[in-house]
Amino acid sequence: MKQKKAIHAALAGLAIIIALMAWTPVQAQQKNIILSTTTSTQDSGLLDVLIPIFEKKTGYFVKTIAVGSGQAMAMGQKGEADVLLVHSPAAEKKFVAEGYGINRRIIMHNDFIVVGPAEDPAKIKGVKGTPQVFKKIASAGSLFLSRSDQSGTHSKEMAIWKAAGINPEGQKWYQQTGLGMGQTLNVASEKKGYTLADRGTYLALKKNLSLDILAEGDDILLNVYHVIEVNPAKWPKVNAAGGRAFADFMVSKEVQDIVKTFGVDKFDSPLFFPDAGKKEEALGK
Amino acid sequence: MNGPRSILVAKDVQVRKGGTLVLDVPSLVIEEGEILSLIGPNGAGKSTLLQTLASLNRLSAGGIFFRGEKISSDHRLFQYRRKLAMVFQEPLLFDTTVFENVASGLKIRGREKPEVAKRVQENLERFGIPHLLNRSARKISGGEAQRVALARALATQPEVLFLDEPFAALDHPSRESLIDDLEQILHQTKMTTIFATHDLLEALRLSDRIAVMNRGRIVQIGPPEEVMNHPADEFVASFVGVETILRGKVIRQGGGTFVASISGREIEALGGAQLSEEVVLGIRPENVILSPSPAKEISSARNVFPGRIVKITSLGPLQKIQLDCGFPLAAFVTHHSLENLSLTEGKEMVASFKATAIHVVRRGEK
Amino acid sequence: MDLILEGILKAFHLLFTLDPEVLGITLLSLQISGTATFISLLIGISIGTTVALTEFPGRKFVVSLINTGMGLPPVVVGLFVTIFLWRNGPFGFLEILYTPTAMIVAQAIIATPIVMGISLAAIQALPKNLRLQILALGATRLQMVWILVKEARLPLLAGVMAGFGGVISEVGASIMVGGNIKGYSRVLTTATVMETSRGNFDIAIALGIILLLLAYFINLILTHIQQRERPR
Repeated sequence: MKQKKAIHAALAGLAIIIALMAWTPVQAQQKNIILSTTTSTQDSGLLDVLIPIFEKKTGYFVKTIAVGSGQAMAMGQKGEADVLLVHSPAAEKKFVAEGYGINRRIIMHNDFIVVGPAEDPAKIKGVKGTPQVFKKIASAGSLFLSRSDQSGTHSKEMAIWKAAGINPEGQKWYQQTGLGMGQTLNVASEKKGYTLADRGTYLALKKNLSLDILAEGDDILLNVYHVIEVNPAKWPKVNAAGGRAFADFMVSKEVQDIVKTFGVDKFDSPLFFPDAGKKEEALGK
Repeated sequence: MNGPRSILVAKDVQVRKGGTLVLDVPSLVIEEGEILSLIGPNGAGKSTLLQTLASLNRLSAGGIFFRGEKISSDHRLFQYRRKLAMVFQEPLLFDTTVFENVASGLKIRGREKPEVAKRVQENLERFGIPHLLNRSARKISGGEAQRVALARALATQPEVLFLDEPFAALDHPSRESLIDDLEQILHQTKMTTIFATHDLLEALRLSDRIAVMNRGRIVQIGPPEEVMNHPADEFVASFVGVETILRGKVIRQGGGTFVASISGREIEALGGAQLSEEVVLGIRPENVILSPSPAKEISSARNVFPGRIVKITSLGPLQKIQLDCGFPLAAFVTHHSLENLSLTEGKEMVASFKATAIHVVRRGEK
Repeated sequence: MDLILEGILKAFHLLFTLDPEVLGITLLSLQISGTATFISLLIGISIGTTVALTEFPGRKFVVSLINTGMGLPPVVVGLFVTIFLWRNGPFGFLEILYTPTAMIVAQAIIATPIVMGISLAAIQALPKNLRLQILALGATRLQMVWILVKEARLPLLAGVMAGFGGVISEVGASIMVGGNIKGYSRVLTTATVMETSRGNFDIAIALGIILLLLAYFINLILTHIQQRERPR
């Protein structure tokens, strides 16, 4: 009777839902690694090259979650990630000291640059020492854009302001976007302001920006990337073996060789410089 | 109480909505094959009673019995409802073809396609609308839509048909034509029908019995002549068209008649009312005769009163003349008489009516 | 303006050459949002219809909850779903964070109140006595609900389109619970955000155009069904 038809329809509907949901590829949990990294790292495109190699080699499935440095480390603190690839040394050291991370190893570095409008209203070009550059921008009252998102870039910027002895907070010329690197560069380009950026993102977006490199090369501008495994002792659910495998992979010669030449074909200079095995103090140009 | 042919019985039925008692029917017996109409003002409870009998309402007390078996909500009510059919004031057709509409009751019952097609065709023909078979229900007139609704109702061969003011939303010609057709069909099929209406003439025309309702109760039930000519109380009287209702006290009586004093005048009527008893007298306007004064042709009327015309209202074919004879009195005259007697407001006339034409309600009896 | 032109050209290029990555992203968008809409259809219409037809204490409160739910910020939904699905969260044992399944869950939560609210209004807009008329025809409760749903099919379908539109274009929750993982949980909206932040504006615009086309074609089909027999 009609009742039967209705029940059949309902069961069919249920079957469709289950089929649709089951179709989505299910990966065995042991084979999943959650890699927490930053948006600028992902945007560089390096991981798009490295991850497939790793997955093919080991059979792991890597879930790359790209967020700001702050969030990346917060995820590690909560045990919601297995391994971190970040570039915020001060915060990283604290992370390891508090027992959340183990085996912090250096992978590579690139550098930050100060960019601004070609007209350079604050006349910073040629000034020696990045803190001096920032001092000049402040005293000229020129527009400066800050990411203000707890990212590695933002931490570096704050460190430079500190070294310059200036607190930019609340000043009229200091604008906080809360956005990623690419977007912040766009804002700086539109508004003809200065900003601190990593070289990789700047190079990738250069053709659409009207910003020039006005300061670079200073030691303080080094941007160092480390890989840190999340401590399974704190969070038993962490895929410790997977995290270890990935970290080992990143310091391997194979990867380091790839890093050395990554970006050359596109930008005529590599985006990163491989550093596995080196001591941090020994980093030079 | 339950005769051999009673099909539907309501016993001690009460329905409450939000604490208020909206329906109170101690007893109602419906005979198989009869046409019963429910009349009364808006809010009297007609729709409530219809819906309650069809088990579309929850009872607060009492029971409904169909062919002797009690209908309770423990059973699956839809099985009871499949023996009934109901049509409302709005056609409430479904957004599909006329065929699908008329077939809907049958499809709900799981009938097979050939049977469905046959029944649909039969009932469309019955109501004179076979040409509408494949028309969209949105593309037909109001009168046609109500015919489709009726065809839909009869297609399932119900044992009882409920109609809730089915003609109220139709224009005059559609109404007339549909009432004619429906009358024939109901008699042909000997369908037990209960229908609610606020139009007295409809009720008079179609019913075997009329039930007058007020405030959730049935105040009188009986064949049309009985209700019309012997209204049980003032309310029924005024509802069925007794225009003049007077209160007075009996001052003389004897020999099967009595005289009541009303506003200083004396009116003689038939009945056994006692001295000093309070009575209510009802006089239908059709029974009041007017003549110019001084009275000449009074015939056997005992009650003769001079008075003045206060108001003349045209009611289509009839004119209502309201007089002041010391008490208010209403009479009907034809247009012809209006002219013949040169009736105008303010004119002095003599009104008379027979003692036998007075309907008496003895207050003492209450 | 040449940026937009570039984007349009890129869009056609990607489509005509059937670029596998773009095709995969598009298919995934359809699968995830389609499933979520289907779930919201089942839950939304059934609950919306039930609330419309039943009197119960606290009904007004429930109705206002549903109406509020229609405007639920997707990003807030994403945040809460993430918190619940974290490894150490109450549903961590399901291990579905950063999977398409999680995206389906989040999108279903976003779409369901929309379909529910519109169904509620659609059923309430039917003539008051229609329910009684259907019961008087001898329908069981189930048959009655089915017939009412058929009668209200126009606005109900509009509700489904609204639900679908809401989730196919959603990005905040999808990024949070899906992780925007290449070839796995990356959909048109999340890919657009990523390409924009990378500075690949032409690709971003192309993806945006493809998303618009997708939404348009789906709604074209649904509209066709909705408007099928409108004689007037």
